[in-house]
Amino acid sequence: MTKRRLNKDPYNIVITGVGGQGNVMASRVLSNMMVHEGFRVTIGETFGMSQRGGSVMSHVRVSSKAVWSPQIPKGQADLIVALEPIEAIRVLADYGNPSVKVIVNLRPVYPVGVITGAEEYPSETVIRETVAALAAEVRFLAATDEAIRLGNPILGNIVMIGAVSGLGVLPIDRELFEKVIREGMPASRVEANLRAFAIGETAAA
Amino acid sequence: MAAAASFAGLRSLCVMKQNGVNVASDFLLHLTGSGTRGGMVLVSCDDPGALSSGNEGESRHFARLMEIPLLEPADFQEAKELTRWAFDLSERIRNVVMVRSVTRMSHASGNVVLGRLPEGTATAAFRCDGPVSDPDCGPVISTPVVAKHRLQQEKLRKAATLFEKSPFNRYEGPKNPELLIIASSACTLYSREAVSILHAGKRAGILKLGTTWPVPPKLLKKHLLSAKKILIVEEVIPFLEEQVKILAAEHANDVGIKEWYGKNDGTLPMAGELNPDLLVAAIGRILGIDPPEVSEAYRDKLRALTAAVPKREQTFCPGCPHRASFWSIREALQRDHRGGFVCGDIGCYAMASLFPAAGFHTSKTLHSMGSGTGIASGFGKLGPFGMEQPVLAVCGDSTFYHAAIPALINAVHQRADITFIALDNSGTAMTGFQPHPGIDVNAMGEKTPMVDIAALCRATGAPVVTCDPFDLTKTRETLNRLLEERGVKVLILKQSCALSPEKKGKKQFHVRVDEALCRGDACGCNRLCTRIFRCPGLLWNRERKKAEIDEVICAGCGFCAAICPAGAIRKEEASA
Repeated sequence: MTKRRLNKDPYNIVITGVGGQGNVMASRVLSNMMVHEGFRVTIGETFGMSQRGGSVMSHVRVSSKAVWSPQIPKGQADLIVALEPIEAIRVLADYGNPSVKVIVNLRPVYPVGVITGAEEYPSETVIRETVAALAAEVRFLAATDEAIRLGNPILGNIVMIGAVSGLGVLPIDRELFEKVIREGMPASRVEANLRAFAIGETAAA
Repeated sequence: MAAAASFAGLRSLCVMKQNGVNVASDFLLHLTGSGTRGGMVLVSCDDPGALSSGNEGESRHFARLMEIPLLEPADFQEAKELTRWAFDLSERIRNVVMVRSVTRMSHASGNVVLGRLPEGTATAAFRCDGPVSDPDCGPVISTPVVAKHRLQQEKLRKAATLFEKSPFNRYEGPKNPELLIIASSACTLYSREAVSILHAGKRAGILKLGTTWPVPPKLLKKHLLSAKKILIVEEVIPFLEEQVKILAAEHANDVGIKEWYGKNDGTLPMAGELNPDLLVAAIGRILGIDPPEVSEAYRDKLRALTAAVPKREQTFCPGCPHRASFWSIREALQRDHRGGFVCGDIGCYAMASLFPAAGFHTSKTLHSMGSGTGIASGFGKLGPFGMEQPVLAVCGDSTFYHAAIPALINAVHQRADITFIALDNSGTAMTGFQPHPGIDVNAMGEKTPMVDIAALCRATGAPVVTCDPFDLTKTRETLNRLLEERGVKVLILKQSCALSPEKKGKKQFHVRVDEALCRGDACGCNRLCTRIFRCPGLLWNRERKKAEIDEVICAGCGFCAAICPAGAIRKEEASA
């Protein structure tokens, strides 16, 4: 049924971030690429009130055999894509294991508790060390900064999807990405998305 | 609307969440007595774990109460196939068929292969010139009640017979499993995953039920015969479990004594949602299998390194008019000095009751949609019992049209002392800007007249004032004046949602902190902007000990410029 193979079946991806970062869009784009390649995909999303400044998490499960539950079992993420640094650590706490790979966007979105001064946001050094100590492979990207340079911070999510391609853990590439976004996006926005994808892909390769 | 379409011979689908079924239940109890004509399917999505609800109540029990068939899909393709079959079933039995989903199914997506849509267009006509006994041309009423009730039960028995052979009930596993798992909906996927993780496929079998009320007795009996241990997996409170146990009791001579596992014995939690991990633990315990785990060393490292992650409390979006509204309410109540409080309602602004960062400790009750105004009018009648606190009710525009109008009218009629605040952000913001009667486009995309909140409120006889919540001084002064007055007073705080299509991504103001004016910790304000106001667009720079604006997060509403006592937050009209 599928042309290409997965490293593991089901392959479990957690895409995490904060409401408004384009988490849902990122999980849909990635999933559409996998469906396009003939895989069965389940996306489980946290929605609702978590959109309003809370942590948002999508569970993407890719399989060539079966439909899997919309919740990944604890400790069983194969790849974590974090649009926000401390969300990477939060997800690792629940879904981490010694072979997990993690891609982190380094741009913080400060929680209310940090803004008020009640809690302290970890330094970039601490974040880098923590994630590196808990994962088999890590990529840190300045995805939001790159996206601002492209003219819109929201494109950070596509930079991160590009990074998934660059990491080489899934059978996806630039060509497949272009095919998929052309199906669901106004033509005027395609060019910026392609550039965002390429930046992420190069940065994570 | 869906019922009328069915009466006129069309197929109709009516979609809601569990709370919607609560609200619709009065009509539904009559509708299921009268019966339907064109296929009518009621889709209800429950929210086990209350991921985005104020309760985790279930609509499955309504199917039993209303004596209509209940179907529960267990994956994405089945959701489509089952809905299609529900229409056929509804037309065969001439009654409503309920399809029940849960958040983890409805807020999830997966591969679906589409079929062909039926060809041709149906024509609507209501035939009503026959006698009461004629289901095709008679009046559609639920009387004579007992006769219609008997007919309704006959329809349900017919459905149960069809369920015996339904392809939506499937068994996977060995012929005589050590453990029979009976599951429905998302729980089927969790059970399948748990059996796979435990490598228990040769010992445990899963009977997946797509038709869960009434359960098909012959099919159940056949499977009960096959195993001694039975685990029933469902969300949230026992529903299948009760049915299956009644059946087992009725057929005790044939099926024998069972070891039951489920909700009642505590194998699975009676509250909250389930997940693969809870199932791994439960099935592992029953079968004596230790679940695989990552090494102790890794777990220790994980615990040590992830313990200090800051929490991420939910709050209003940057630029949200509700934050400004609740700030003004807070200030007005502080100046009023009588311990006034807000009765909250359902919408984004419900967060004011849930999180201190959203409501500044003003909003103190939260229940079903429209209930804030009702509760407030109750409080507003307690003056003779010594209650002196001013009572406020808030309600969004969508909630106003949907559920607050009768409560407001009642408050006026009962001469309750309340200040009713409509938080009009011109959209059903929380759920994705679905059209409502205050907007000039309806769900079909047609131009439609706007129903004016202020005019409706004035018609009750209450005084009505409209303010822009971003105008802090005027809003606060108006509120303080209204709090002094008796009876029902209406304040409409009108400013569109920061996520609305016309605002999103566009900054009205360029906002910055003038470092020369921000006195930081030396200012007597005690970091009012970041510590108390708490808009995510504001930051406290720990090194420089001054406030600053996060350019990426700030939505450019400019409201924070009004709260800074030093005038250090500057706003300039952004050039287009």
